[in-house]
Amino acid sequence: MNNLIDLEKKINSELTTKINKTSIKHNQIYVEIDKEDLIDVVLFIKTNKDTKFRQLIDITVVDYPEEIQRFKIVYLFLSHEFNHRIILSYFINENELISSLTSVFPSANWMEREVFDMYGVNFKDHPDLRRILTDYGFEGHPLRKDFPLTGNSEVRYSEEKKKVIKEPVKLEQNYRNFDYESPWEGTKYIKEVSETNDKKN
Amino acid sequence: MTKKIKNLNLNFGPQHPAAHGVLRLILELDGEVVEKADPHIGLLHRGTEKLIENKTYMQAVPYFDRLDYVAPMNQEHAFALAIEKILDIDVPIRAQYIRVMFCEIGRILSHILNVTTQALDVGALTPSLWGFEERETLMTFYERASGSRLHANYFRAGGVHQDLPAGLENDIAKFCETFPKIINDLENLLTDNRIFKQRNVDIGLVTKDDALDYSFSGVMIRGSGVPWDLRKSQPYDCYDQLEFKIPVGKNGDCYDRYLCRIEEMKESVSIIKQCLSKMEKGPIKTFDNKISPPSKTEIKQSMEALIHHFKLFTEGYRVPKDEIYTAVEAPKGEFGVYLISDGSSKPYKCKIRAPGFSHLQSMDYLIKGHMLADVPAVLGSLDIVFGEVDR
Repeated sequence: MNNLIDLEKKINSELTTKINKTSIKHNQIYVEIDKEDLIDVVLFIKTNKDTKFRQLIDITVVDYPEEIQRFKIVYLFLSHEFNHRIILSYFINENELISSLTSVFPSANWMEREVFDMYGVNFKDHPDLRRILTDYGFEGHPLRKDFPLTGNSEVRYSEEKKKVIKEPVKLEQNYRNFDYESPWEGTKYIKEVSETNDKKN
Repeated sequence: MTKKIKNLNLNFGPQHPAAHGVLRLILELDGEVVEKADPHIGLLHRGTEKLIENKTYMQAVPYFDRLDYVAPMNQEHAFALAIEKILDIDVPIRAQYIRVMFCEIGRILSHILNVTTQALDVGALTPSLWGFEERETLMTFYERASGSRLHANYFRAGGVHQDLPAGLENDIAKFCETFPKIINDLENLLTDNRIFKQRNVDIGLVTKDDALDYSFSGVMIRGSGVPWDLRKSQPYDCYDQLEFKIPVGKNGDCYDRYLCRIEEMKESVSIIKQCLSKMEKGPIKTFDNKISPPSKTEIKQSMEALIHHFKLFTEGYRVPKDEIYTAVEAPKGEFGVYLISDGSSKPYKCKIRAPGFSHLQSMDYLIKGHMLADVPAVLGSLDIVFGEVDR
């Protein structure tokens, strides 16, 4: 598959029932699937001789707290052979379990641990689902939109207890988030840089 | 009589000079043979992605310097490219050459650090002393262009912050003449060195298939014989107008990766030379004042420029709703930015794909069955920097 349009056609015709939507943008294919079909679709694009997406680049989540299906799970793949990138995605509810890709790509292990740590999305059949980036004993999922930027707790060494203790965050001044957004749109054209400007003065 | 033998658990790090930062590696040892390795990361986690969501696009750039802090500009590059693709703006040709040149300087910075410290880990002190002198020179170039040795904050969407100061191009050209000799000196010390070879050849072997399955990129995948480099295969900025070779390894061991890095440094020098010769005077960032701030003289003369300046540094520029993944070939591998914009002046989401993350993940696979003394050698050849792994 040398060009993206053929590849899109191929994916659509081979996996008709499993694909909800495909589009091409920025030289990448965006594919929306259903949660249940993940493993099938990934196995297909990994092994098929015309796609060969042999490498999982990353797994991540986008949080939309207002939506009913809150999390969008995103998988990025790369095909070295055909030099294509594909982005798979699907939406899930807050407490839904999703299947793990570790059986197909060993590298999914840490990526899924990170997703679990940062967003609290749970995976079934994951061999070792622990927190990865946050501290031992951390509570909450930092990249959710409802998690405050300053966090909920801070740690310090307590001289009395002779150990590191956790306390609620106390800040002298709260994080100041000004609203700079203005309805002003401005002109659409780019102003010519005039040489005369410098000579005037 | 039978004697019960229990495996020994060893805590390697988080404060260990060969851990290359704050890595806590829990090793299960059977005698001197490593049975299992469980890296605990996150000790340097600063919540970069969360912070970026709360800052405007321009304010987010300095966070990228703090990821892989030995090659800061390469990462700014990925972020700048992502915004440029969404905004659909062109970068002036001079800016492209400046950016590519500094990315290659970053690559040399990173490879010197890695090659020499890996040599240090396996017992050679001299290379690091020689190499760090060159890094110092290179960091002065960073300083002269951006004002800062490490945290450059130099790349912008649409170009670079400022033009190069007078004389810098000549000094970089002079460096390109003297540096190959230093690479030769390093090679004389290491390449045929008996001890260095004993510690690296056939250590940390990665097969082609495993390199793909474990999401390896950069030198890690090229060392295993996969000719893959984003600068060639998905060229960005002016890489398609430059001539350079991609060194590829054969065996996929630590020694091949070392050789790849040495060869890549030589290629980088040649790229920098080409950039210098092709660079012509001209604009260094886009003229669109909705994205890049107007010059100081203009601000003092034009009301419109003043308003632009004010809006850019309070609200920032708005980026239309879109979703994009952009990757660059950073010295350590594929560094990617998955950016989701929602039409406001702050990114809705910015996921950073750090090459070191997937490399370190494979530690267990790489080190199983090796001796304890091979742990620093393998770790060194993975080229881990915790700024990017922990984010």
